[in-house]
Amino acid sequence: MRLALDIITVVLVSAGGFFFMAGTIGLLRFPDTLTRLHALTKVDNLGLGLIVFGLLPQVESRLGALKLIVIWLLVQMSGAIVSQLIAQAVRRSGRQT
Amino acid sequence: MTLVFACEVVLAGLLVAIATWTIVARTAFAAIVLFMVYGLLLAIVWVALSAVDVALTEAAIGGGVTSMLLMGAATRLRAPTTPVADVGLPLRIAAGLLCALVTVVLGAVVFFLPDVAPTLAPVAKDNLAASGLGNPVAAVLFVFRALDTLLEKVVLLLALVGVWSLASDEAWGGVPGLPVYARPGRILVFLAQILPPIGIIVGIYMFWAGASQPGGAFQGGTILAAVWLLTMMARLQDVPAINARWLRLLLVVGPTAFLAIGLAGFFIADSFLAYPPGIAKPLIIVVEATLTLSIGVTLALLVAGPPERLPQR
Amino acid sequence: MSSTALFGYCGAVLVGLGLYGLITRAEVLRKILSFNVLGSGVFLLFGVFARRGAAAGLGADPVPQALVITGIVVAFSATALAVALLVRLNKETGQIVVAPDDSEESGEQGATR
Repeated sequence: MRLALDIITVVLVSAGGFFFMAGTIGLLRFPDTLTRLHALTKVDNLGLGLIVFGLLPQVESRLGALKLIVIWLLVQMSGAIVSQLIAQAVRRSGRQT
Repeated sequence: MTLVFACEVVLAGLLVAIATWTIVARTAFAAIVLFMVYGLLLAIVWVALSAVDVALTEAAIGGGVTSMLLMGAATRLRAPTTPVADVGLPLRIAAGLLCALVTVVLGAVVFFLPDVAPTLAPVAKDNLAASGLGNPVAAVLFVFRALDTLLEKVVLLLALVGVWSLASDEAWGGVPGLPVYARPGRILVFLAQILPPIGIIVGIYMFWAGASQPGGAFQGGTILAAVWLLTMMARLQDVPAINARWLRLLLVVGPTAFLAIGLAGFFIADSFLAYPPGIAKPLIIVVEATLTLSIGVTLALLVAGPPERLPQR
Repeated sequence: MSSTALFGYCGAVLVGLGLYGLITRAEVLRKILSFNVLGSGVFLLFGVFARRGAAAGLGADPVPQALVITGIVVAFSATALAVALLVRLNKETGQIVVAPDDSEESGEQGATR
């Protein structure tokens, strides 16, 4: 049972790490701000979500698991809203990068 | 070379690389964003050093409020009329040599540290039970070295008075010039409506849990300051004038309660800032609660800056 | 090399970097940033000393950690005061550097104040 949980953790956290890497490559390689924001939201939602779900089998108490999920939801919300704000600022200023 | 050590090597290398990039970045905006990243990486390093309270403080104050303060300043600075002359090469080489010397000396200090380190951990652990707290860092801050914490709070207030004294004569006692959105969009207002309740709960929880787990008054107070600044920037609340009585009351309630309990220690316990055994924990909780409130208000006002206009009647 | 020593060397390098930035950058905002990097390097050295003092079941010596928390807060208040001074300097003179004193100029300014 322990081994199965550890395997789940390793697989999910690695998948989350892959999304982090994909988002970072997008941040470095995409041409302008709006596309880079699009790449970064993958990191926030999928990457962090997979890592949080991967860490859930390792948590001892239900409250700790709840805290991890709340952290994920908070990061998603702030990431989404900040992306909107940055995109609005880019739109308003008229610049492309 | 274990995997954990390899990760720590990568972390330390990343930290030094980001710090170097912060120093040599070309624009101030880039340097401040890099400083924010540096603060957050440093918080991870603190966790690796088993200092979770310090990690929380570094992430909140170092990576959060300081970066916000610097970003606000960078947007308010006008570009200089004359171009900034860069430092000449001889001075750079001399400074580089001096800094390399300092680094080598400090590295040698770390290298030649004795094998058995002097430590106060056993003393702290022995006296922890008498204070009623479960978090040794909180015990050090509020019981064993409470004078340091009281003086630190007074230093915060002195810095605030210093910042306020930079107001021009017309704006004396007026409204701080915190950069606020002229027309906050709906989505910013949404964030400023949904995040503060969560932030207040998290801040109070962090102060409350700091008695027995990592946390404390400074970390909780910083979160309260952050959500208050958010509501002010989204114009859900006006930036208060600094001669408002309620504001000044909130600022001083923390250090006053701390000082009063410290002076009461002359009568109900042995000396200044001594707690009588038995009611030590309730007294410390009262001190921490009022301190959290004061720290929140003080940090927010430090970020808001000196007054720039009179309140509109 | 243990991980604690690694972070000790890291702190030493950060102190050197911060000091270099403090000396060579002309703009005040960059000096404030370098000062913060310097301060965090010193705090990291404190953290190393704390970690080495792990004993009696605690993960680290709590006294240097409490000193670092105090130091972080005081460093922030110093930064806030420095930034307020910088913004005021910029508003009055339009400069973002502190110009070197010219002895005649400061003498004249002293006379007119």
